Amino acid sequence: MMLDEPWALSPSVALRPEPFGALAYHFGNRRLTFLKRPELVAVVRALAKQPDVRSALANAGIPTSQHPAYVEALRGLAAADMIRPRVEEPR
Amino acid sequence: MTTTRERPATGSLVQQFEYGLDAPICLTWELTYACNLECAHCLSSSGRRDPRELTTEQCEAVIDELQRMQVFYVNIGGGEPTIRPDFWHLLQYAVDHQVGVKFSTNGVRITPERARFLASTDYVDVQISLDGATAEVNDHVRGPGSYNMALTALQNLADAGFRDAKISVVCTRHNIGQLDEFKALADRFGATLRLTRLRPSGRGAEVWDELHPLPEQQRDLYDWLMAHGEDVLTGDSFFHLAAFGEALPGLNLCGAGRVVCLIDPIGDVYACPFAIHDNFLAGNLLTDGGFRQVWQTSELFQELRSPQTGGACASCSFFDSCRGGCMAAKFFTGLPLDGPDPECVQGYGEAALAGDRVVPAPSQDHSRPNATRNQPVMLQLLTRPPVSACAESPLAGFDPEGCCS
Repeated sequence: MMLDEPWALSPSVALRPEPFGALAYHFGNRRLTFLKRPELVAVVRALAKQPDVRSALANAGIPTSQHPAYVEALRGLAAADMIRPRVEEPR
Repeated sequence: MTTTRERPATGSLVQQFEYGLDAPICLTWELTYACNLECAHCLSSSGRRDPRELTTEQCEAVIDELQRMQVFYVNIGGGEPTIRPDFWHLLQYAVDHQVGVKFSTNGVRITPERARFLASTDYVDVQISLDGATAEVNDHVRGPGSYNMALTALQNLADAGFRDAKISVVCTRHNIGQLDEFKALADRFGATLRLTRLRPSGRGAEVWDELHPLPEQQRDLYDWLMAHGEDVLTGDSFFHLAAFGEALPGLNLCGAGRVVCLIDPIGDVYACPFAIHDNFLAGNLLTDGGFRQVWQTSELFQELRSPQTGGACASCSFFDSCRGGCMAAKFFTGLPLDGPDPECVQGYGEAALAGDRVVPAPSQDHSRPNATRNQPVMLQLLTRPPVSACAESPLAGFDPEGCCS
């Protein structure tokens, strides 16, 4: 369940803010992806700082009713290696 | 007539792009007007270096600014960029500053040693120009020896283990029939085929009439792209073909000044690589406060980012598909910018070309003043007799009915 997993922006991806949201560029596979909502950009930026995706969504102020749509968008980003599951350091 | 309007808060990506971006997505930077070849259809009328070309330090400053603007990659061209003595230095400098490079070359400097260097880099793409799948067709427009030069470069890259080079083809009347051969050539070198549209820009204006694909060839090209679209790059070159029906992969949008622009060798910033003309000059990055300043504030770019009217095309049912086609193709054939593309696949272009029009004079020319041995000789390739196979009559082709009606 993605909502309960820790995720982060891929290390080779840079985000460039744009009026409609942001461009995400992957320096490894040279793919360019468009994040079409500022809210999605806020979620993606929050991923690394939050324990899981659900917290990142909450942190960005996304209502629970919209979580499925955002998870869908995040899955699309994951398929292009724009975001990755975060491997937690063993405690 | 355009008006500046507020960008909508939502809307499709294409609608958002029409209002422009904070930095370009697709930036072409021509490093020099110098070239070892004299291609008949050169977009930038290249040949001789311009004494005002940016110095190494000025080029580094441009790269620094691109890094700050997060322009993630740049398409470097010319002229022939690799004959600038500092080319390899600037390539490394860009890559070291998070600006990936795709450069276009005719292959002249892609030696086995350089190929090995390129294979060792990340973030560098190489695009070899080839305008015929055979030497005969290629050398006709690019000049004698240019086919072998390009193939040697591709071989050197493949031998060095460079993966996925691009073979970049400008589609002409003579090579549309070779699309399968180009694809086979790309497969042979482990390369990707890239097809782009012949523009009547630069020296291309002089040969466009005899080189641009015929109407039935536009259809062949469209069908071929629909069948192979996934494996072939086009740089969104053929959005005028969208009026055949289904849109081709890509944005299908004129990106000039919105998501695309060109920096020329002396630092002039133009709306697109096919529009090197004073009418599309947004400013100069040395004298107008740097690239960011020009990109974000030039009057020309503001105007291009305002909603455009469809003009004569607005009532056409295909307008939403092709958006009136290519601005540069219209401008350099002397057609109004709010009318049909000269190669409009619904046939409106031919009618427009037949009407009154004045082809604009070029505003720059770096062609060599005297021909060298590299100059293509376009008279050689006459594949059809002038009228018909056996038209020996002095009145052949004369139609008394047709001439006065």
